[in-house]
Amino acid sequence: MSTPTLWLAAVLPAAALVAGLLGLLLPPAPSHDRASARRTAVALGVAGAAVSLLAALALLVRVDAPVEASTTWIDLGGLRVTLGLRLDGVAVLVATAVAAVALAVQVYSIGYLRRGPHDDVDVDHRYPPYAAQLSLFTAAMLTVVVSGDLIMLLAGWEVMGVCSYLLIAHDRRLPEAPGAAVKAFLVTRVGDVGFLLGIALLGVGAGSFRIADVLAHDYGTGTLTAACLLLLAGVAGKSAQFPLHTWLPDAMAGPTPVSALIHAATMVAAGVYAVARLFPLFERAPAALAVLGVMAAITMLLGAFAATAQDDIKRVLAWSTVSQIGYMTGALAVGAPAAALFHLLTHAAFKALLFLAAGAVIHAVGTTLMSRMGGLRTAMPVTFWCTVVGLGALAGVPSLSGFWSKDGVLAAAEAAALDGAGPSAAWVGWLVWLAGLVGVAVTAWYATRLLLRTFLGTTRTPLLRPHDPPALLRWPVLLLTVPAALLGLAAFAPWFADRLRVPGDDTGEAVELVHLAPNLVLPFLLLLVGAGVAWAGWRRDPAADPARFLGPLRPVFVRAFRLDDVQHTLVVRPVGALARVVRTGDELGVDGLVEGSGRTAVEVGGGLAALHRAALPRAAAGVLAGALLIGLAVALIGVTS
Amino acid sequence: MTGADVLLLALGAVAVGAGALVVATRHLVRAGLWLVVCLGALAGDYLVLTAELVAWVQVLIYVGAVVVLLLFAVMLTRAPIGPSDDLDRPGWAAALVGGGSGLGLAVLLIDAFRWSRVDLPAAGTAERLGEQVFRSWVLPFEVLSVLLLAALVGAIVLSRPDIGRRSADEGGRQ
Amino acid sequence: MRPVIPYVTAALLFGLGVYGVLRRRNAVLVLMAVELMLNAVNLVLVTADTTVKAALPHSGQVFALFVIVLAAAEIGVGLAIVLQLYRLRASVTVDDVPLAEPAPAVTPAERPEGAVR
Repeated sequence: MSTPTLWLAAVLPAAALVAGLLGLLLPPAPSHDRASARRTAVALGVAGAAVSLLAALALLVRVDAPVEASTTWIDLGGLRVTLGLRLDGVAVLVATAVAAVALAVQVYSIGYLRRGPHDDVDVDHRYPPYAAQLSLFTAAMLTVVVSGDLIMLLAGWEVMGVCSYLLIAHDRRLPEAPGAAVKAFLVTRVGDVGFLLGIALLGVGAGSFRIADVLAHDYGTGTLTAACLLLLAGVAGKSAQFPLHTWLPDAMAGPTPVSALIHAATMVAAGVYAVARLFPLFERAPAALAVLGVMAAITMLLGAFAATAQDDIKRVLAWSTVSQIGYMTGALAVGAPAAALFHLLTHAAFKALLFLAAGAVIHAVGTTLMSRMGGLRTAMPVTFWCTVVGLGALAGVPSLSGFWSKDGVLAAAEAAALDGAGPSAAWVGWLVWLAGLVGVAVTAWYATRLLLRTFLGTTRTPLLRPHDPPALLRWPVLLLTVPAALLGLAAFAPWFADRLRVPGDDTGEAVELVHLAPNLVLPFLLLLVGAGVAWAGWRRDPAADPARFLGPLRPVFVRAFRLDDVQHTLVVRPVGALARVVRTGDELGVDGLVEGSGRTAVEVGGGLAALHRAALPRAAAGVLAGALLIGLAVALIGVTS
Repeated sequence: MTGADVLLLALGAVAVGAGALVVATRHLVRAGLWLVVCLGALAGDYLVLTAELVAWVQVLIYVGAVVVLLLFAVMLTRAPIGPSDDLDRPGWAAALVGGGSGLGLAVLLIDAFRWSRVDLPAAGTAERLGEQVFRSWVLPFEVLSVLLLAALVGAIVLSRPDIGRRSADEGGRQ
Repeated sequence: MRPVIPYVTAALLFGLGVYGVLRRRNAVLVLMAVELMLNAVNLVLVTADTTVKAALPHSGQVFALFVIVLAAAEIGVGLAIVLQLYRLRASVTVDDVPLAEPAPAVTPAERPEGAVR
């Protein structure tokens, strides 16, 4: 790797890291001078994200072939851990997306975490730690993206989890936030255990944790399948796939910019990115890909159906994220990582856009519940049109970015099902394809419902005077609308498609991201069906919720098939009971032993002391009798010997 | 039996008798006076054994100072002049241990010496004793003087009336 | 001179002294009994001076002198203590001297165990 590239690649995560660490180390401001601390925090956060974005753009221009640089960090006698960078087209594209969304979120947060029109009192938003944690998170995600070593990747992975935990619990006024943060952390942790074991298995097998070495090593099928399945556990956790998806809707307790950055565009995509990075290994383990396909199909439908019945606008978007990442993992399962990554990039754009626009609405209306919104189209036209673009991209309206990327996924699934292309079995392709098609219809349904309930119809809170958000909130939304609309067209540019080449694919043939074929029509028809049904239902009664047509299924969908309760019963309660048993054992047994020994010693000592505490008569008698006995003994021994 | 033996026997009997009365009498003041008799008899014993210096030091210090101190203490603790009934506790343990030790030692010593004879040294050992003290035993002598000083200081500190009154006040408050 | 006579005298005096220490309840009488014991020891030392041929001559009598000095020091301090006891308690009965400290007042804040939950 040439030196300027190396420097740029090092600056990429380092800029955000420095901004984060400086922000965390800033002394807490005195309460009367919060403004200057806030200014410093804003400056650090925006600067860190901006420098990282510039580095990413520079790398985007420079890097056209995979490059790598690494240095050995620890050598554990045959097991090498390196510090390294591995840049290829995929990495720089994802890094650019991450840095861009991070910058947008940093700027947006300046306006969002501020006293709003519905705040009665001036609340301390604790901006400095918030901005520092955002920067730290960005640095961790960028480390995961450019890392050339599995251990370094794991380090970034874990720091992301910590920052996610801290940021979800940021707003101390919300009683549900700490529980949501702990739930997010613990559920992803369960996945991370599998991830760590998978990495350990791969590293020990190859004798080195460097990704290039791991990809080049020839593993046995059993080891490889086991390692890939373990890695999938981590993917399921971080990317909120079934069965470890339960944390993502609750994580919406965090501030909306955090939801946009972490839980839509970046962290949840990290699992998909990791699989794509190690895809040559997954290709050789079809069993793991089959499991991934099943997971993806279930998740796609689960997320889509759960999104249809939610009242909270952020929860609709969260379940939508779960479902869309299902599309990405489904594409990976049928052996099309380029399609998965393309969908990842477009999803980052439109989902971040949707979250930030929803944040603008929440900021204006003061609630996240759609049942209290309505008729905002005339009051917030800019937000309305940006949301239209975002939802269109989500549903897959032709020519918007989501249409092209989703079509790529569906085409790959169809090819795997009908033609047997790709490393997985045909049934996996069928599963993913059919689930994907049903998902298109349902996605269109809930996207239309969201638009109708929020922006159209009569307003359900007439006393409010909502308006378009101020410039700091408006501009990031507007700027994100551009890639949400147009990124799909980049698929036609060969240099873009070429960048999404899977590592290790040396065939030299062009990567086809879009397939202009007659079967483009099928998803479009399903889109029209879904949107039409939603619109028709709304027209009957504009004030009512279209979700009422779900009938008895509505409560089931709202609770996401009660999987939260299943998790609670199967995992949380037994672990809680076990913890209580251990605690009681520790307090009674171990502590009891220690304290008991102390108490016993004191009591025995007290007893001996009482014995000693003889009055003079008894003491004198004892001493003299003892002397007599000793004298007798000595005399007798002297006589007998 | 030489004259020395007769004298030793007589004085010994007096000492033992007086000692028995010291530990058995019901009159406090008489106990002190019987102690004088006992110590005097012992001084006589020392004279017979040609230990003149020890005998006269015994009279001066033991009879003259120690017994006087004991009698002072008896008076200062408001001892009754007549007989008192509560001076003793049950005597079986005392008799056992006391009798055992006394008789045991006697048996031991009789067994060791039987009826052997020893020649008494020449009279007038004070000068030779002084030589020994100030030649071979001078260090213990000096240490003893320090000890006496310490005892003196200690006794004064213990006896100061204001310390007593302060402790009495604190004792009362407890 | 038959040394067994003063030796037996000393032994009997020692026994009487032990009997007195264990029998008497008045502190001053106990001290008198202790004096009897010390004198018995003195008699043994002086007699031994005549029967034993020591490396240093007359060491028995020298030790007897030392014992007398020690006895004087001991009686001084001992009686000071007895008089102090009399001042505090108006009685010198050895049996009545209390041995346990008066129980300190236990306030709830001072109980260490179980407080930190």
